[in-house]
This record gives sequence, structure tokens and C-alpha cells, in this order.
Amino acid sequence: MSKSYKQKSLFEWAIIGPAIINSIKKLDPGHQIKNPVMFVVLIGSIFTTGLFIQALVGQGEAPANFILAISLWLWFTVIFANFAEAMAEGRGKAQADSLRKVRKDTPAKKLAQNKYGTNHTIVSASTLSKGDVVLIEAGDAIPMDGEVIEGVASVDESAITGESAPVIRESGGDRSAVTGGTRVLSDWLVVRISTNPGETFLDRMIAMVEGAKRQKTPNEIALCILLAVFTLIFLLACVTLLPFSIYSVLTAGHGVPITITALVALLVCLIPTTIGGLLPAIGIAGMDKMIQANVIATSGRAVEAAGDVDVLLLDKTGTITLGNRQAVAFLPAKGITAELIADAAQISSLSDETPEGRSIVILAKEKYNIRARQIHELNAKFIPFTAQTRMSGVNLGDGRQIRKGAIDAIENYVKSLGGFFPEELKTNIESISKTGGTPLVVAEHKNVLGLIHLKDIIKGGIKERFEELRRMGIKTVMITGDNPLTAAAIAAEAGMDDFLAQATPETKLKYIRDMQAGGRLVAMTGDGTNDAPALAQADVAVAMNTGTQAAKEAVNMVDLDYNPTKLIQIVEIGKQLLMTRGSLTTFSIANDISKYFAIIPAAFATTYPVLNSLNIMHLATPSSAILSAVIFNAIIIIFLIPLALKGIAYKPMPANRLLRNNLLIYGVGGLITPFIGIKLIDMLLVALHLV
Amino acid sequence: MNINNVIQSLLFLAVLIISIKPLGIYMAYIYEGKPIGINVWLVPIEKWLYRISGVDSETEMPWKEYAIAMMIFNIIGIFIVFLLQRIQAFLPLNPMNMPNVPEDLSFNTAVSFATNTNWQSYGGETTLSYFTQMIGLTVQNFVSAATGMALILPLIRGFMQKQKETIGNFWVDLTRSVLYVLLPLAIVFALVLISCGVIQTFRPSIKTSLLQITKNEKGDIISEQTIALGPAASQIAIKQLGTNGGGFFNVNSAHPFENPDALTNFLELIAILLIPAALCYSFGYMVGDVRQGMALLAVMLIIFIPCLLGSVYFEQKGNPVFKNFNIDQQATNLQPGGNMEGKEARFGIVNSSIWAVSTTAASNGSINSMHDSHTPMSGLIQMWLMQIGEVIFGGVGSGLYGMISFAIVAVFISGLMIGRTPEYLGKKIESYEMKMASIMILIPPILVLGGTAIAVVLPEAKAAILNHGPHGFSEVLYAFSSAGNNNGSAFAGLGVNTFFYNISLGIAMFCARYFLAIPILAIAGSLSKKKIIPVSQGTLPTYTPLFVTFLTMIVIIVGALTFFPALALGPIVEHLMM
Repeated sequence: MSKSYKQKSLFEWAIIGPAIINSIKKLDPGHQIKNPVMFVVLIGSIFTTGLFIQALVGQGEAPANFILAISLWLWFTVIFANFAEAMAEGRGKAQADSLRKVRKDTPAKKLAQNKYGTNHTIVSASTLSKGDVVLIEAGDAIPMDGEVIEGVASVDESAITGESAPVIRESGGDRSAVTGGTRVLSDWLVVRISTNPGETFLDRMIAMVEGAKRQKTPNEIALCILLAVFTLIFLLACVTLLPFSIYSVLTAGHGVPITITALVALLVCLIPTTIGGLLPAIGIAGMDKMIQANVIATSGRAVEAAGDVDVLLLDKTGTITLGNRQAVAFLPAKGITAELIADAAQISSLSDETPEGRSIVILAKEKYNIRARQIHELNAKFIPFTAQTRMSGVNLGDGRQIRKGAIDAIENYVKSLGGFFPEELKTNIESISKTGGTPLVVAEHKNVLGLIHLKDIIKGGIKERFEELRRMGIKTVMITGDNPLTAAAIAAEAGMDDFLAQATPETKLKYIRDMQAGGRLVAMTGDGTNDAPALAQADVAVAMNTGTQAAKEAVNMVDLDYNPTKLIQIVEIGKQLLMTRGSLTTFSIANDISKYFAIIPAAFATTYPVLNSLNIMHLATPSSAILSAVIFNAIIIIFLIPLALKGIAYKPMPANRLLRNNLLIYGVGGLITPFIGIKLIDMLLVALHLV
Repeated sequence: MNINNVIQSLLFLAVLIISIKPLGIYMAYIYEGKPIGINVWLVPIEKWLYRISGVDSETEMPWKEYAIAMMIFNIIGIFIVFLLQRIQAFLPLNPMNMPNVPEDLSFNTAVSFATNTNWQSYGGETTLSYFTQMIGLTVQNFVSAATGMALILPLIRGFMQKQKETIGNFWVDLTRSVLYVLLPLAIVFALVLISCGVIQTFRPSIKTSLLQITKNEKGDIISEQTIALGPAASQIAIKQLGTNGGGFFNVNSAHPFENPDALTNFLELIAILLIPAALCYSFGYMVGDVRQGMALLAVMLIIFIPCLLGSVYFEQKGNPVFKNFNIDQQATNLQPGGNMEGKEARFGIVNSSIWAVSTTAASNGSINSMHDSHTPMSGLIQMWLMQIGEVIFGGVGSGLYGMISFAIVAVFISGLMIGRTPEYLGKKIESYEMKMASIMILIPPILVLGGTAIAVVLPEAKAAILNHGPHGFSEVLYAFSSAGNNNGSAFAGLGVNTFFYNISLGIAMFCARYFLAIPILAIAGSLSKKKIIPVSQGTLPTYTPLFVTFLTMIVIIVGALTFFPALALGPIVEHLMM
């Protein structure tokens, strides 16, 4: 797999520059209100600014420079959070821009009739709409997404996929979809446009990476509710602290009530600003990661659902096994030598250009040292495979007729010529099937010579990936058209949990529905039109970009590379997204403990000096204590931006261990870090004589 | 702490823990409708009750209907208790000729008993007739507890059921809770208490001469005392068992007729926590995995035991100020030592501390010592146990569903941390559940902090504070912590029988009960409609020590973060100033 979108380094000046400007622009309250936590901080910043002005012009509640310092750092808190979001968006935009270059307005040859060779008019691509038919000739750019209805051509899709090798697009079958912005290299295509302007694949992709159409995912909404509750609780704790403090001053008979500045500082320190500030960035970064993995998701919801998948349906061919079967042995019938059948099999396969045919030639050569002959030397006539006869073979110049094919096809063939099918081969056939192989029968005229054992070759490393999935708690299911015996053997060899043999669109659909009724979340990859119903039913459906339009419309993700195990990567990205949010929430809340120990003794220093025994960090002065807590609270956002953008590394392991590890890092870490951080900032403030 | 302290605490815990399983299984059988003796024998009565009240016991209700039935039943209950107090002078069983109770006090008491709070602004023996106590309060003691149990059952069904709209029948759940669980236990317990000397009589109070004649503040000679009597045992049994806590007499279980000796004290102590603890077992049993219930119980015990030992420790340590006066506070064979102010000599330090912690951990609210006189740290423990939402045992039923709402939050955060949409007992926790659980977590702090803030600002409310300094603040904070979490115990030192406190605490109690009850039914309804996700390697087990630790941390941190500033200005500063 080649990657066109290289992992961008986290901080690039080209992105940071605009991000800084954007983080100021984002101070707009209309934008901030979407994020309740940061909105509260914004209100606090405005409020303390007001208090500062009051202190400047008249009687302030605290020294003006103290209020100014707090106020500035509150503004920084909002700006830092904006910066995180702007950074994530900037990284997305950089990719969107490179995609947009592809979407130049190209001229299109609109056909009057749906046929090659009819008259065409040159129109602008942007005027095309769904249902129009266009002609695209060598060198032309494909104006919009569509379906090939006539012709075959090689197409350069590197602009979208980053894959430089051209791909074949042809009418009918599973390779009929073309994408706007790609280019025809040779021959011609007649394409029916399948989308309206602004809705093309490219448009969706750009919208996605820019985050323009980003909607909150279900878990994000639930998390926002939780964060809002924490914000409200702390708002309550801080607001009521004012009357409590006034009463305490009254009853203690000395001291002054807590200042509004200190209350606002306490509030901002307590509400979950760390996660609140980084939440939008995490979501955008997740999308960005999908793009980097060359996957286009139609919604954030789909990415998130991917993290929850517990059943994975994979096509056997091309995914679990190498696309083609290989001959591994010749099994002669009674009275026939192995050399004889090997020779016959090789001759019959000389003109068979399929990989299976070639593997037979090679096996005969390697095992029995039978050199491949030239087909014209034998004066042979090749009989190609057809769906009706279900066999292929050669008629040689000397009158020999060799056929190879499926068991029942050959059986019918020899019987029609007056021969019989040797019973003893049946046991061989069964044992081949049991090991997941496919038997081919070779016959010369009415005599059955023996069997060719064709075997599915499991892709290297695939077993390990499935093992990894199992550790994530995901069940893998193989879908195949093979019979159950063969399917079971291959599934076992590949280390899969289950299989669906002799699959038809109906059985696939039913299987998915049954799984879902049992409460499972199903993911599936597919590319054919007959996969479309099952893909539409699956919770997470991934189509290859080469797939048919029907398949692509039924899915919520499109994989730009032809890499069926991409689902594993998608699941990881989905999980990472949730983990980053959860861990930063824990971190944010755990931070609060230390902030109480910093601010409460400072806030009540005049009313109840004894509370200074809670000042376990031994912060220098009440104002340095409050300021240090606020500064820590702001700069921790900056420190955590890389984590928010990169996400927390996910390693498959049982849930309990994963939770333990993350709790130790982000829970216990979140508890301890601010004690150290606040103390260091306090020492620095004192050393610089700032307080 | 001395050996005696430790042995008594351990004995209490041991007996409590042993009784959890049998009662837990018993209740599970009752609620699952499996035959277990009594629910076979009494079935005619149950059927008869449905028939005369026109209840269709076979039809299950969707959550909204269930909630409406629960609310109607409770509001009628409030109205009846209100009315009984307002007209008690005209009703029978009033040998002391108690006058009708004022409106604000009647309102407060009616809400208090219907909501299972049992905050008492009144003094039992000086305000209420026997009729009001028995027909009004004792009945509410039963049905408010049964309401709590009827609220946890739909939630359990919500976890068990698959894609079902209905969550059970409120009337059936209520009836079975009273008939098969609360009544049998209360009858047996009342008889035991009577045999130990708790009174049960309709005779009026008796007047006797004082052994030692004294003078009152005005200098008048006092030679006679009134000894209040009444049908106490029948109310005390359910008051302890149903986490009610409203004493028959003003001083509650410190009164010798309510709690005569060490044995009754021990039994009443066990009764405080018995049903809330056993319900954890029932929960696990009914959801098909006892470990799930035990995990919640473990969280409760992990928080409860240090609180208990802490309270005993601080009480036994005594008052540091006394050291300056050379007062001996050491425990010896001749004296219990420690802080004996406000404690009954027959109970001593340990039994008073265990009671204080148990009654505030569970939302019982009965007392056998004056909480106002406990050391500030012990007072802090009591307040905080209420403030964390009465989830450490808590009220019958309500404690468990409160804990489950915390578990939902814990599951949500931990679910995110392992990268999976959170699920609890096979049910997905989504934004609707989070919304409802959030309301449940948010309401008590609003009531406690908001109420306290108003009370320390309003002049008429401030006038009721009898102590100065942080202790006075603690008294107000305690009152709202108690009402805002349906506990019902009081710190005293606060003249609460005033219009402001009667109404504001009444409103707090109402909101604390029903604004949490309705969301939990909504959660039950929503969970019930969901599929059950089968357990896989990726499922986070919610019974492991790790999850128990995490849930404990969530409860502690949410509680501590919310109330730390308020507590700092009350008990913490008082402690530091001593």
C-alpha cells in the first residue's frame, strides 16, 4: 500500500501560523457557545477583564495587577483551546486543499444518447447532473462520479488514492464505478453521472476533512452531557461559596470575603477545561487519521461505531486467501501413474492463462520434471472454460481429448462418452475438501485419470491479525461461496471464529440480522453489487473504491486502497478516538483535587488563617497560589495538544487490563501531575519576582 | 482507639455481613415470584388487596405510567398525613389532647415521611396524637420504604429484559414489598423490641415526682416530670428497617423507651443497614450474576468502614481543647473516655459512633446520640456520607439506585477509556441514560448548596442559627444535606421549626426524592427497550476489584469535589481551630 497522505509532523509552521490567527477568531461567543465548558471560561475572562478595569479606574476588590494576571491567563485558556481546534482543522484543511486542486472545472463531453458514437456537446462539468451521460476519451478527466455503461479503459486514480498504477474500469461487473477528478489514460468510457454537483465523492471527502459537516457522535454527545454536569456542579460549588464566605466573615468577625476574581479562577480551574478544550480537536483528528489511512468515512458516527464492532465479516477470496488457488498435488486414479496425470494436466493447462492453470503447469514441471511444451508444437486446440460446461481442456492433433473441471461436470462428460467415474476417487475428493482444498478432475476421453488438488493459500500474517482481533473482543467470520466442508477447513487454517458457507446475498443479510438481533455490532467489507444489501444492513460497512456504485452507496466508509484488512485499522482508529476522550476526561477531573488544595487555603487566608494547613504544596502567597493553579490549567491544554491529535496508542488486550493501564496513566497521573506542575509554576513566579 | 472499640465495630460488621445473603435471596425470591413460604400462604390476601382496590395485577406498565402511579400514590400519602395533623384534635387516640399542628409544620412532616426522609421539625411526644403517629407516620414508614423498593425493581428488570416496553406493575411491586418483606420483618422485630422493654401502649403520659427537685431558668421550683408513653415499638421497628428514622419520641433512639439497652441498640443498628445491604445481593441475584451486586456492596463497604473507624477514632480521641483544662479523656475501667458530650452513657463512644455513621450512610436519620456534639471530624463524616447522595447503603431501594446511577457514570468513563461504547450488564449506556444519571447526580448538590446559601443570607433563616463560628455554619449545612438527600437526621443547634426551614426543607425533601425517582424510572424504561449485548473479550467486567476501585473513586471524587469548599468552611476549619 502506498500512502499519498504522509503522516504530517505535528507542528508545521504552515499550519501553526493560520491556527494562531484562527484561535483568536474563534473567540466569537457564537462559536464558543457550542462548547459549554469553554463558554464558561470565556464569560469568566470577560468578567475578570471588567473587574480589572474597575480596579484601574476606582476601587478594585484586589490589586489590579493580580486581577490582570488572572484575567490574561483565563483568556489564554480559551485561546489555547481554540488553538487546539484550529490545529486539528488546519491539518484537515491542508489535505482538503490538495484534494480541491483535483476538482478543477473540466469540460465534459455530454452525449445526446446513451450510446458510444452518438453526437456530443462540450459542456462544463459543473452543469452536469445526475442521469446525464458523458463520453470520456483517453486523456480526459472524469468530470463527476458515475457508472460506466459502455467501454473499457485504464484510469489513473492516483489523485484520489495515491496509487500510481492505473486501474481498469469497465461496464458491468464490480469495476464499473468511476470517481470524479480521476483521468482516463487509454481507450474510452461512456459514463452515466450518478451524483449531483456538490455531492460527489470528492466533495464529501473535502467536507469531511475540513470538518465542515462534522456532527457530534453519540458518545461525544453523552460525554458533553457529563462535562456539562461537572461544569454545573462546580458552578454551583463556586457560586454558593460567595454567601458561605460572607457568612463566615460575619461569624468569624474578621477577614474579607472571597474575591470574585478568586472565585472565577477557582471555577475555571475546576471545570473540565482540559477535555472541554481538546474535545473538538480529538474529533477532527480522528477524521484526519481516517484520511491518512486512505479511508473516507461518511460520518464521525461510523468511525465511532467501528470502535464498537464485535463481529467482522470478511470475504474469503482476496481477503483471507490469496485471490487464487494453487495446485499442490496430483492424485492418480487406479492404474494410472502420477506422471501420466501430471502430463495430461499440464497439457490441458498450457493455454489456461488463469493463475490456477499456470500453477498446474508449474507443479508438473517442478514435481515430475515435465517441461512445458509449446501449444502449437502439439497442434492442439484449446477448449476454454465456460459457465455452461464448467470444464476446460485441449483437443490434440493426435486425437487425444483432455478435459479438466469440476467433479460433476467431468462425471457427466465421461458418462456421456460411455465411461464411468471411479468410486475410489470419491474418498480422495472428500479428503481434499476436508482440508479446504478444491479437487479438479482430469479425464482423457472417457477415462478419468485422477485429481488435481487445488489449494487456497492463506495470506501471510493474516492469522496473527485475527488473533489480534480476538484479543480486542472481535469475532471474525469468513464469507465464502464454497461448500461448508471446504469453508470450515479454510476458516480453521486462517484462525477464524466462524464461517458462512455457500453464501448468497440473502444468507449474508440474514446472518447479519441474526447477529444484530443478538445485540452484536457487525462490520463488513464488500465491493460487489450483490454485497450491497448486506453492506446496507451492517453497522459498519466498508467498500473498496473499486467497488460498484451500488456497493459504495450502501456503505459508510470507502477504502481507497484495495486492502480488505483495513477494517482492523479502522476499528483501532475508532477505539483510539474514544480512549483519548475518556482518558483526558479522567485526567481533567483528577486534576481538580490539587487545585482545591491550592486555591481554598488562599481564598480564605484572611477569614480562617488556620486553613493554611491545607496548603500542602507550600505555595508562596495566596495570590501566587491562585495564579499558579490558573496558569497550570491553561498550559496543560497546550501540552496535551499532541496527545489529542495523535490519540492514545491502542494495543489489543483484555478490557480490564486496558482500563487498568489507562487509569494508572491518566487517573493517577492526573492526580499527581498538577501538584508538581503548580508547585513548579509557583516557584518560577517567585523566582521571577512576579508575585 | 482501643481494643474494645475495634471488637465492637468488627462484631457489628460481621453480623451485618452474615445477614445479607439470606435476606438478599429471600427478597429476590419474593420479587421474582418464586414460592418461598410466605408468598404462598398470603397469596389470598395479596389477591384480595388487588380486587378491592381494582388493580389489574397482570398488566405491566411502561415507565411513564409506572412513574405516574408512583407519584399519585405518594402525593395522596402526603395529603393524608398533612390532613391528619391538621385535624388530629378531632380524631380518636389523642389522650394528651394534642392540638392541631400548624400548616407549615404539617407540610414539612407530611413530605418528610412520604419521602422516606423523616426529618422531624416537631417533637413527637409534644406535638402528635397516637392516631397521627400510627395511621399517619407509621403507615408512611412502610409505604415510603416500599416505594423505594418499587423503584429499584423496574431498574433490575430494565437490565434483564430485552426490547420490552413495560417495566412492571407499581401496585404489585408496592404490595409485595409491604406484605412479604417489610411487614413480616417489622412484626418480628417489634415483638423482639417489646420483649426487651420498648414500650407499646395507648396509655397517656404519666406524671411522677422528681427524685431531685430542681429549678428552671426563671427560678421556679420543678418537682414533677412527665413521662411520655405511646405505641412506640410498632413504629420503631419499621423506622429502623425501612431507613425512615423518625423517632416516636423527640430524642429518637437516645430515649430509653425507644432503645433501652445495649441489645436493643445492637439490633436497631443492624436493622438500619440490613435491607439496603441485602438489596445489593438481591440485585446481583436477580440480574443473574451475584458478583455484580457484591461489587456495589463492596464499594459501599470500602467507603463505609473507614468512615466508621474514623468516627470512632475521633470520638475516642476526645476534645483537644479539654487537654488545656487537665481533663482526663483516657478510656479506663472506670470511664469510657473520649468525647462523651451528647452521648448516652449506656451506649458509649463506639455504639454512638457506629450509629451516627450508619444512620447517615443509610438514609435512616434516627439517632442515639446528639450529632451536634460529635467532634468536627465525626460531624464531617456524617455530613459527607449524606452529601455523596446517600449511596453508601442509602435508603431502602433509593441507595441502590443512587449507586447504580454512579455506576452508570463510572461505566461511561471507563467504557470510553477502553475505546468502546460503554455498556453496563449488557445494556448500552448512551446519551439518554447519561442525561438521566446526570440529573440524579446534580439534584442533591443543588438542594444542599443552594439551600445552605439561601439560609446563610436570609436574616430570618440566620436568626435560627444558635451557634456562632463555623459550627453554626455546619448546622445549616447539615440540615440541608440531610433534607436534600432524604436522610432526616439533624445536627440540632438550629431552630428548624420556623416557617422558612419547614417550607424550604420540605421542598428540598420533595425534590430530592421524586426528581431522582422519575429519572431512574426513565433509565429503567430506556434500558428495557435495548438489546442485551453478549459478553466478549472486549466487554469491561463490572465486578472486578479494578472496577470497584474506579467506582469508589468516582463516588468519592464527585462528592469531595462538590462539597470540599463548604466543608472547609464548616467542620474542617472548626477542627483546625480546636
